[in-house]
Amino acid sequence: MRVSVRAIAGGAALALTLGACGVLPGGDPSGDPTSSERGGTVIIGGCQPGNPLVPAATNEVCGGNPLNAIFSMLVRYDPQTGEAVNDVAQSITSEDNKVWRIELEPGWTFHDGSPITASSFVDAWNWGAHGANAALSQNSYFYSIIEGFEEVQGDTDEDGNFVPGTAADTMSGLEVINDTTFEVTLKQAEAGFPQRLGYIAYAPLPETFFDAGTTPEDFGASPIGSGPFEFVEFVQGERIVLEAYEGYQGEVRPNVDGVTFEIFENQDAQYASLLADQVDVMTQLPTSALAGEAYKTDLGDRYIEQETGVIHMMGFPSEDADPNLADPRVRQAISMSIDRQLIIDNIFQGIREPASSWVSPVVDGYTDGQCGDFCTFNPDRARELLAETDFDGELTITYNEDGDHETWVNATCNNIKNVLEIECTPQGTPTLAGVLDDLIAGELTGMFRIAWQMDYPSIENFLGPLYQTGAGANFFGHNVEQFDSLIAEASGQNGEQSVALFQEAERMLAQTMPTVPLWFNLTVAGYSTRVDNVIITPFGTVDLLSISVE
Amino acid sequence: MGRYVARRLLQMIPVVLGTTFVIYTMVWALPANPFQGKCGTRPCPERYVAAMTEKYNLNDNLLVQYGKYLGSLVQGDFGTTFSGVPVLDELVRTYPVTVRLAFLAIVIQVVIGMAAGVLAALRRGGFADSLVLVSTLAVISIPVFVIGHLMQLTLGINWGIFPVTARGADPSWYSLVMPAMVLASTSLAYVARLMRATLVENLRADYVRTATAKGLPRARVVGVHTVRNSLIPVITFLGVDFGALLGGAIVTEGIFGIGGVGGLIFRSINLQEGAVVTGAVTVLVLIFLLVNLLVDLLYAALDPRIRYG
Repeated sequence: MRVSVRAIAGGAALALTLGACGVLPGGDPSGDPTSSERGGTVIIGGCQPGNPLVPAATNEVCGGNPLNAIFSMLVRYDPQTGEAVNDVAQSITSEDNKVWRIELEPGWTFHDGSPITASSFVDAWNWGAHGANAALSQNSYFYSIIEGFEEVQGDTDEDGNFVPGTAADTMSGLEVINDTTFEVTLKQAEAGFPQRLGYIAYAPLPETFFDAGTTPEDFGASPIGSGPFEFVEFVQGERIVLEAYEGYQGEVRPNVDGVTFEIFENQDAQYASLLADQVDVMTQLPTSALAGEAYKTDLGDRYIEQETGVIHMMGFPSEDADPNLADPRVRQAISMSIDRQLIIDNIFQGIREPASSWVSPVVDGYTDGQCGDFCTFNPDRARELLAETDFDGELTITYNEDGDHETWVNATCNNIKNVLEIECTPQGTPTLAGVLDDLIAGELTGMFRIAWQMDYPSIENFLGPLYQTGAGANFFGHNVEQFDSLIAEASGQNGEQSVALFQEAERMLAQTMPTVPLWFNLTVAGYSTRVDNVIITPFGTVDLLSISVE
Repeated sequence: MGRYVARRLLQMIPVVLGTTFVIYTMVWALPANPFQGKCGTRPCPERYVAAMTEKYNLNDNLLVQYGKYLGSLVQGDFGTTFSGVPVLDELVRTYPVTVRLAFLAIVIQVVIGMAAGVLAALRRGGFADSLVLVSTLAVISIPVFVIGHLMQLTLGINWGIFPVTARGADPSWYSLVMPAMVLASTSLAYVARLMRATLVENLRADYVRTATAKGLPRARVVGVHTVRNSLIPVITFLGVDFGALLGGAIVTEGIFGIGGVGGLIFRSINLQEGAVVTGAVTVLVLIFLLVNLLVDLLYAALDPRIRYG
């Protein structure tokens, strides 16, 4: 018995010694994964995708950034202005803004060599909209503007499972005319329809996606796309490797041989790698680097400040959920009591833009001061206005603790409390999902923080989905007939007329104040000494078509 | 001793069952549907939420859910993440990295910590003793992230001695040395102090006097008799510490971008990936139990007075 115990102990001691030996000669720098990826390949700081790499299944940036490099859509967005320009499409035309005729540029191919045809788009959109694919289609609402969407959604049983056989196979609003032409019939006229089409949900899919033997998860593990870069490999938790596609037909061809998205769990580790030139672009520097403007010392002039299409707001629940805050004057008073610039300077190191509109500066149609005087810090006026109302109670601001919100919500609450002399308490909820659940159930009272990131750069995207009656992200019970009809009218018009109507609708929000605009996002991106021509887009991503490696 | 080991192994079954149940319950106890938060500010399509909820059995009551989970677990199926990756793959990817890191850290603790402790004990009251006391005090009082960032900046970025990060599923031993030093730092200080205190006490023991009296050389008295007998508290500490190093390396893993278990659990908790958290923690518990069984068996090897029947 004793012998065997000794044997175990001896074995352990031996293992320890061997381990210790292994350390010394183990100086194997080639094990450093990034050092071998040099030469025409640009390394972008990335994160772990939360879904299979399938266009309809992805609407977060970790999977979205690689997918946007792998897929070209009908239009792409100008990296500087965000304006939609034709990409795979040759023309997108309509006489009534309702029926759209889309012609493709001939010659485009998927990375497996198969041609990109009208069916590639039509089949992909039908797949994303179909009820049977609901578990993989987070983006299904992007197809809901197309006629026949409800028919392909079908019925569900009480468990929420799709019932096979209850849905049409295809949306009636999608019609293939010939190999390079198809027609889209929308439920309602929408002049801005072409602007939508650069969103990843509108990507085409190759025929292999629909092969009986291939599951969407298989496809997502090595996607075959239509874009400037083709998929090489995805090492889980490590990196996604792409290389330039030889057969790419786009006007602007990439300057680099390949792109690697290095997956980081931790922003500080990514920043350290950037400083060591092992990551070429980091699109959003961490708070630790922004504090005291440390990044300016670390990076010299290798940083870019860029406005991105995100607005941060404080929302009010519907009148049914919280009648206490229903009086617009209360809301306006709260808005005037917030010293936005002070909070930005103290909490965000100045890296935000105070908001006085509901539409981000990155989109066409943005006007400063749509909120009137209500978004300007004016403590006296705020107190006067509040005194006019019969508001009597306390304020709360609900925020989700899985984001970095606690500090600024605390600051904002204190700010309101000091100016208006009413009690304000920050209220943390563990997850964003929890806040959304409560909002949908109408169980949330008091104010709540909310941010909106544009899906595509359009003034419509900041108004319709948030404030139209019954819209998906209208958590505010905003229900103003005149607003709805202005949005509808604006959607049916073209160009400047349309923008003017949207702006008129936006101005109306100052009267009801469903949300208080707080600030717009700025991102500070940093890049390594190896790269040039770094452009950060209004989406906060790096433009892979212009970047070059020295 | 065989019976002792068998009994200890059998005892692990209820412990593992209990922990998985507690972890499973806690992860899914968060009051929100994890799929609601996956579409940003806009609520996810109802159909998507419903289909995923059904797919991950979240409609069932907790006991049924846990039963289904356990049922597939005993067949070796750890489930899949929300992005469709098998949880087992994630575990296979992250565990070797963390075990490697923790092992290196233990080696550093044993070599440096024990050497410092023995030195301090033999030169009690002298310069070496004071130096060990002061330096361990310094290491204990500086937070790990400060040590980590400092070493990364100086040794990694500025001087280029070590790689700045140790990323991937197969980082080289060399790239793990700096993170292991950071990870080992606090425990190393404890090992040194524990070693010193125990050794000082044992040096006054009767058997030491006997050994010296019968003419054994000093090196043999200290090296074989005293140090060996003083190892028991140190080994106990190391056994517990190994478990802490596996699960608690989140800060160090974060700083050096190491794709280990700590980061996996942290991210999965944030995303409410219950299957991943439960799977990862279950394996953690198993390793912890096994390492401590090994420690208990080592007692008998170190101290002849201890027997397991």
